[in-house]
Amino acid sequence: MALLEVNNLDVRFAMRGGEVRALRDVSFTLERGERLGIVGESGAGKSVAAFTILNLIAKPGYIAGGEIKFDGEVLNTLKPKAMQSIRGNRISMIFQDPMMTLNPVLTIGEQMIECLKAHRRISRKDARAIALHKLNQVFIPSPEKRLDQYPHELSGGMRQRIIIAIALLLDPDIIVADEPTTALDVTIQAEIMELLLLLCEKHNVGLILITHDLGVVSQVTQRTLVMYAGRVIEQGPTREIINDAQHPYTQGLINALPQMATPGSRLNQIRGSMPTLTKIPAGCAFNPRCDFAANICLEKVPAFAHSGNCKVACHMVDAMVAGERWTPIITDANGNGATPTDSHRTEVNA
Amino acid sequence: MSAAILKEAQSSSQASPRMDSAELGETLVEIRDLEKRFSLSGDFLEQLTFEKGRLRRKQEYVHAINGVTLDVKRGEALCVVGESGCGKSTVARTVMGLLKPSGGEVRFDGTRIDNMAPRDLLPYRRRMQMIFQNPYASLNPRMTIQQTLEEPLRFHQPTLKDGEVRDKIEEVMRSVGIDPDWGKRFAHEFSGGQRQRISIARALAVDPEFIVADEPISALDVSIQAQVLNLMMEAQEQRNLTYLFITHDLAVVEHFGTRVAVMYLGTLCELADTRSLFARPRHPYTQALMSAIPRLHDDKPNHIRLEGEVPTPVNLPSGCVFHGRCPHANQRCRTEIPRLIATDTGQVACHAVEEGRID
Ligand SMILES: Nc1ncnc2c1ncn2[C@@H]1O[C@H](COP(=O)(O)OP(=O)(O)OP(=O)(O)O)[C@@H](O)[C@H]1O
Ligand SMILES: Nc1ncnc2c1ncn2[C@@H]1O[C@H](COP(=O)(O)OP(=O)(O)OP(=O)(O)O)[C@@H](O)[C@H]1O
Ligand code: SF4
Ligand code: SF4
Ligand SMILES: [Mg+2]
Ligand SMILES: [Mg+2]
Repeated sequence: MALLEVNNLDVRFAMRGGEVRALRDVSFTLERGERLGIVGESGAGKSVAAFTILNLIAKPGYIAGGEIKFDGEVLNTLKPKAMQSIRGNRISMIFQDPMMTLNPVLTIGEQMIECLKAHRRISRKDARAIALHKLNQVFIPSPEKRLDQYPHELSGGMRQRIIIAIALLLDPDIIVADEPTTALDVTIQAEIMELLLLLCEKHNVGLILITHDLGVVSQVTQRTLVMYAGRVIEQGPTREIINDAQHPYTQGLINALPQMATPGSRLNQIRGSMPTLTKIPAGCAFNPRCDFAANICLEKVPAFAHSGNCKVACHMVDAMVAGERWTPIITDANGNGATPTDSHRTEVNA
Repeated sequence: MSAAILKEAQSSSQASPRMDSAELGETLVEIRDLEKRFSLSGDFLEQLTFEKGRLRRKQEYVHAINGVTLDVKRGEALCVVGESGCGKSTVARTVMGLLKPSGGEVRFDGTRIDNMAPRDLLPYRRRMQMIFQNPYASLNPRMTIQQTLEEPLRFHQPTLKDGEVRDKIEEVMRSVGIDPDWGKRFAHEFSGGQRQRISIARALAVDPEFIVADEPISALDVSIQAQVLNLMMEAQEQRNLTYLFITHDLAVVEHFGTRVAVMYLGTLCELADTRSLFARPRHPYTQALMSAIPRLHDDKPNHIRLEGEVPTPVNLPSGCVFHGRCPHANQRCRTEIPRLIATDTGQVACHAVEEGRID
């Protein structure tokens, strides 16, 4: 049994203009010590997925269906107190903004000691020793001195190291990291990622890494989950997805990278943009942007097809795996598929 | 299986390798020994302190740019990269005349513009336009798209008739792929990528020769970044534009840049044509920067780790500004500022390269 099991998660935000369906039918697993990347465009639902795992979805958001199972226990029905003991203790979170974790008016040492004392029966002196040990693990220069400093006295890179030390403080089984390096410089970003990878490997900690950088996913994770408009559209081993993506959206995302084109040539762009979650097209949400859409794509949400070791939510992949012919709805002069026009598209509200 | 078929169908567009640095044209913009300091000490009274029985005036500065010399050649895309706070945006804003330099000169098409009176600067203002990072903040929320696009045109060419303005706006809207029908709508009705298209259309409306783009795609999603970059490359080809392009994304630089300028703490460390810089970075900082790019097909990070932290530009280090973090620093580096020397592919400011200590 996997350490973490997310089944058919459905998360909604009740807004004045109607319900925002932030996650629909999201399922995935994480084995002990495994590293999973979640990628997708802004607004795809990556952060909502992370928050939901930790039961941090607050009103107007709510879990409308599905379950999160951790080590055999269903988390989403847990009492707040029991959840609190899991949070931090067994699953910890790293946010993009270090100040979401750090309290500006407490020294680093005070925060770490407080956190330890909240979860364990431990003396101040022992807690301080553990804190120091964790700072050493993240290679912070003069860690003794840092314990008595305030967050604002530290650089961005240093703060993010401290966040990692705090995430590791209670020896968790899983770390959920939501864009942990986006705000940092390239060189520091690389250092922090390497550190996170090293520590997860060394202590056999599972990692759920949310990022929009496919290069980072490639370097750090073993499996990848691609999200689009609130759904998982492809998941599988990272190498397979990077080298041979199956879903037209994942392919588009990878092919759009400058690294994939001859310098100076036209980049392979995907036309249009991701729909807002209140106006998701019927059928496959990607159909207005897809070169290969057929009639069925406008009507029916694709189920997962199995291709290699990947699960792919696409009617075309499904047809091809079954050895069937696939004809895009409209063909342009070159014989390639073209966009279904707006008249083909029905917009459904939530 | 299917993937291979799809890939073939999707990569239909043909490669059109961009301008080679060997074909660089004449100089359009000249930046000479540019310096910019920002005072941190407030006004005169706030600077006064009482020390050892007497009043002293104490001033602190951020040394944002410290003697940068750079030529932008006509028709090229010169990219500027470097760590946050190294002075990229300050260079951009000084070149555009939005900031007065504390020292040095900026020349546009042979004429010195950094010390010009605002009225004399007007014709140059039309010839150079700027695109900003944040497409949300740079468009006026109370103006329709039509008004947003008309404004600079009416300002710079007041003699144009209404019909001519309308035709011109329609033409630029089409050229950046926005539907002229959008004209009546407001900026908040559009997505980030669409707004950045509108910003580009506004810059193009006055037929500029030179565009300074400060992180124009950083706030956008990958699939939208490709759309905007394609648009900027098309505009460059059709209008023979020259770009000063600021970014921290090295993959974009590799794709888009004719030449690259690498900055560190307000100074220029290295300048080279893009291909040479990526094939053989010379400056130790450039080498570290290149090694930090997360490559798509890497399965392990593999970067040069730098010691220490970026110093603040308030108290600049002596000698080479990079010496505190450089694996090749020696005594000379700690005291003597390295000069920019010519290499076979560009310029580099490093004692170790000059002395042949590193290759
Ligand atoms: N508190 C909230 N109230 C209403 N809607 C919300 C709330 N939080 C998230 N959403 C909606 O849920 C959707 C998913 O948001 P989420 O933050 O998960 O995106 P993301 O994939 O993390 O994007 P990004 O890359 O920009 O961080 C968005 O459309 C957003 O508008
Ligand atoms: N108006 C100002 N007043 C005081 N200091 C300033 C001002 N503008 C910039 N600075 C400082 O000058 C230095 C260079 O800033 P600049 O914005 O040019 O950096 P940058 O390279 O564009 O960084 P980023 O990548 O974060 O945009 C920084 O230390 C910054 O804090
Ligand atoms: S082929 Fe159909 S199901 Fe597959 S991505 Fe395109 S629109 Fe969606
Ligand atoms: S001058 Fe010295 S310190 Fe500076 S980059 Fe070269 S070797 Fe390093
Ligand atoms: Mg997010
Ligand atoms: Mg800047």
